[in-house]
Amino acid sequence: MTLFSNIILSHSKIDFLFLWSLRALALSAGGLLLLVIVFLFHESWPYLTQIGLANVFTDHGWFPTEQSYQLTPMISGTILAACGSIFLAAPLGILSALFCHFYAPPFLSYWYRRMIELLAGIPSVVFGFWGLVVLVPVIAAWHPPGPSLLAGILILTLMILPTIMLIAHASIRQLPTIYIQSATALGLSQWATIWHIVLPTSRIGLLTGIFLGLARALGETMAILMVCGNVVQHPSHIFDPIRTLTANIALEMAYAVDHHRSVLFISGLLLMGLVIAFVSLAEILRYKTTYALTQ
Amino acid sequence: MRLLSKTIRETGATLLVWGTATSITIPFLWLIGDLLWHGWPQLSLNFVLALPHNAGREGGIGPILVSTGLIVSVCMVVALPIGLGTALFLSEYTRNNHMYGRLIRGSLDVLAGVPSIVFGLFGNAFFCQTLGLGFSILSGGLTLACMVLPILIRTVEESFRAISQDQRLSAAALGISKRATILLILFPAAIPGLLVGCILGLGRAMAETAALIFTSGYVDRMPESLMDSGRALSIHIYDLAMNVAGGNPNAYTTALVLVGLLLTINLFASWIADKWTTLNQLPT
Amino acid sequence: MDYAESTPDIRQAQDHSPAIQSWPPYQSTQLCCEPTAHIRAKNLSIAYHKHSVLQNVDLEINKGCITALVGPSGCGKTSFLMSINRLTDLIPTCRVSGQLHMNEVDILAPTTNLLLLRRQIGMIFQKPTVFPFTIKKNLEIPLREHGIHPKTSLASTIETALQQVGLWDEVKDRLNHPAQALSGGQQQRLCLARALVLAPQILLLDEPCSALDPISSGVVEDLIVSLRGQYSVVIVTHNLAQARRISDHVALFWSVDGVGQLIETGSAQHMFESPQHELTAAYISGARG
Repeated sequence: MTLFSNIILSHSKIDFLFLWSLRALALSAGGLLLLVIVFLFHESWPYLTQIGLANVFTDHGWFPTEQSYQLTPMISGTILAACGSIFLAAPLGILSALFCHFYAPPFLSYWYRRMIELLAGIPSVVFGFWGLVVLVPVIAAWHPPGPSLLAGILILTLMILPTIMLIAHASIRQLPTIYIQSATALGLSQWATIWHIVLPTSRIGLLTGIFLGLARALGETMAILMVCGNVVQHPSHIFDPIRTLTANIALEMAYAVDHHRSVLFISGLLLMGLVIAFVSLAEILRYKTTYALTQ
Repeated sequence: MRLLSKTIRETGATLLVWGTATSITIPFLWLIGDLLWHGWPQLSLNFVLALPHNAGREGGIGPILVSTGLIVSVCMVVALPIGLGTALFLSEYTRNNHMYGRLIRGSLDVLAGVPSIVFGLFGNAFFCQTLGLGFSILSGGLTLACMVLPILIRTVEESFRAISQDQRLSAAALGISKRATILLILFPAAIPGLLVGCILGLGRAMAETAALIFTSGYVDRMPESLMDSGRALSIHIYDLAMNVAGGNPNAYTTALVLVGLLLTINLFASWIADKWTTLNQLPT
Repeated sequence: MDYAESTPDIRQAQDHSPAIQSWPPYQSTQLCCEPTAHIRAKNLSIAYHKHSVLQNVDLEINKGCITALVGPSGCGKTSFLMSINRLTDLIPTCRVSGQLHMNEVDILAPTTNLLLLRRQIGMIFQKPTVFPFTIKKNLEIPLREHGIHPKTSLASTIETALQQVGLWDEVKDRLNHPAQALSGGQQQRLCLARALVLAPQILLLDEPCSALDPISSGVVEDLIVSLRGQYSVVIVTHNLAQARRISDHVALFWSVDGVGQLIETGSAQHMFESPQHELTAAYISGARG
C-alpha cells in the first residue's frame, strides 16, 4: 500500500513538473509581446521624454540632420497605400472566393485555390522585385515617374488578396449546405442566393479577412520600399512617389543614432498600435462567429 | 421585363466573377513567367554553389544559401520547443475560458499581426544591442523565432485539438496520467500536424526580409560561426535590385531559387496535410 | 401588377406566354385525389459518381393527393424527391436519367427554367432550414426574388402565409426577431410558410417531422393534412404510422443489392391492408426494414 501510494506520488510529481515547464514555456511565448512593447518604448523613450510625441506631428519636415522629424507624410503614405489596396483587394478577394465556391468547375476551382495559396507564399521581396522591374516601368510609360502610390497599391493588392480570399472562402465553405439547398429549392437564382443568403450570413468571416488584410498592408515593408519611390511628401495624386512608415524604418535604421533612432522606434510603435487595433477587431469578429455557430 | 433584368443581373454577376478570376490569374502568371524567363537560363549547380563576386553581379549564392540555412535553423531550434510546449499547454491544460490561456492566446494573436519590420526593430534593440550579439546570424535567427512562434503555436495547437476527445477519455479510463497520455498517445497522433506547423514556420522565416535587414546584416561572405553576420536570400534579392546597378539578372535567379524552395516547402506541407486527413478519414 | 406576368412559361426563360399556373394559390374545388397525374416518372434512374442509387422508377403522383414515400434508409427516396425539383443539379457527380414530367413540362430537359420550376415546387427539409435572419426577412427574400412584392400587400401576404401555417398568432409581435430563436416546430412551420408564399403546386417534404418533438410533429402533421386538395404533396417518412394517418397513396422503395427500387405503389388502403408484394407486407407488419 505504501509502495503504491509512493508510485502515485512520484507520478504526480513528474506530472507537476511537466505542467510547470509547459506553463513556463507558455509564459515565455505570451510574454514575448510584452517584451517587444517594452523594448520599443525603451528605445523611443529619449525622444518621448526630451522632446515629446507631439513634435513628430508638428515639425517642419523630415530632416534628420537638422533634428526635424515630422512623420505625418509617412503616416499619410502608409494609410493611403493600405486603404487603396484594401479597396481593390476586398472585392477581388471576395469575388475570387465566390468564383471558387459557386462558379468554377471543380478542377478549375481546385487549381485556382492552389494558385492563390501559392501567391500567398511568395515572399514580399519577390513581389517588390517584380514590381520594380516590370510594373514600375509600365506605370512610368503611362504616366512618369513610375515609382508611385499607384505601384504600391497594385503590389499590395496582389499581396493581401490571398489573405482575404482564403479567409472568405473558408467562411463561405463553413456555411451549412442546407442554406444553399433551401435557397435553391425556393427558386432563388445563383446571384440571389449569394446576395441574400451567402454574403449576409458569412459577413463576419469576410470582415475578418478584410481586417487581417488591412493589418498586413499596413505592416508591409519590402515590396512598398521597392516600388513606391520613397520620397517624403504628401502625395497630391496617385502617380506621386510616397514613403511609408515601414519603408522609412528600413531605409534609415542602418545609420540612425540618438533621436533619429528614437523616432524610428516611435514609428514602429505607431505601426504596432494600428496593427493591434485591426487584429483585435478581427479577433473580436472571429470570436463572435464561433459564438454564433455554437449557438 | 423583370425576367429580362434578372437575366441581365445573373449574366453580369457571372461575367464579373469570371473577369475577377482572370484578372488575378494574369499578373500571377506574369510574375511566375517573368521569374522563369529571366532566371532559368542562369540557374545551374555552379550558381547555387559559387561565391558571389563584384557585389553579387557575378558568381553565385553559395554563402548566402549557407547563411539562410543557418538563420532558419537557429530560428527553428529555438522556436520549436517553446512553440510545442505552449501549444500543448494551451490545448491540453486550458479551457477556452481559462484566464491565463486566454491572455496567452490573445497576445499570440496580436504577435501574429505585428509587422516584420517591428520585429526587426525589436531584434536590433534586444538581441543585437542589449544582449550584445551584434549583427549576427544568431540575432537574425532569434528575431525570426519570435516572428514564427505565433503561426507555429497555432498550427500545432490545432493539430492537438483535432485529436478526438475519446482518446483522452479512454486513456484516463485506463488510469494513464495526463503527462503520459500527452507524451504516449496524443503526441504521436499529432506528429503530422506538428510537421506541417514546422514547415509553414520555416517557409515564413525563409521568406522574411524586413526583420533581417538590421539584425543579421548584409555581409555576403561564407559565415564561419553563428556570431558572424550573414546575408539571407531575400536580402540578397533586395540588395541586388535596389543597391547594385546591373544586379537584376542574378536577382532574378536568386528570386527563382527562393520561390522554388518555398514552393517545395509548401507542397511538402500540403502533401503531409492531405495524407494526414485521408489517414484520419479511414474507417476505424 | 398582374400576377400572371410574374409567372411566365416554365419551359422557356424569355417567353412571355400566358402562365401555366397563376398566382394566387390554386384552390381546388374538386375532390382531392383526382386521378390525374401531376408528376410522372418513367424509367427514372439516379446515379452518384456512376454508382446507381435508384433504378427504373415508374411512379405517378396524383394531383391534390398526399403521396408518402416509405422504405428503409438509403433506398433513394430523398434522391427521388430532389430530382423532382432538380436539386440534384447541386450535386456535381449526380446524374438523373429517364423521364420526369410535371403536367406536360419535361423537368429533366436542359432548357427547363429551373427558377420557375422550383418556384412551383416547394420543398421542406428534414431539419428546419430557416435562414439566420429575421422571421420577416425569411419570407421576404423569396417573394422579392420572384418579383411578387406588390408593395402595399407585402405585409398582408406575409400575414396570410403565416396564418396558413398557424404561426401568425405566435410570432406577429416579433416579426423582426431572428428566426433561429423560434422552436424547432415553429421553424419548420416557418419553412413551410416560406414555401407556400410562392404559391407552389407541389410540395416535397423530406421527413419534415423527424427532427421535431412529438407535439410539434403533431402540429406540422395536421398542417400537412390541411394542405390536401390544394397542393400535391410528396412526403418521405420513416414513420409508418404517420404514413397511414395522412397519406392517400403510398410508394414503397427498397434497396435491392445496394440499388434503390420502387417495389410497390398504390392507395394507402391497398398498401396497408392488402399489399401484393411480400416485401411490402413484411415492411408494413414491421418484420423487415
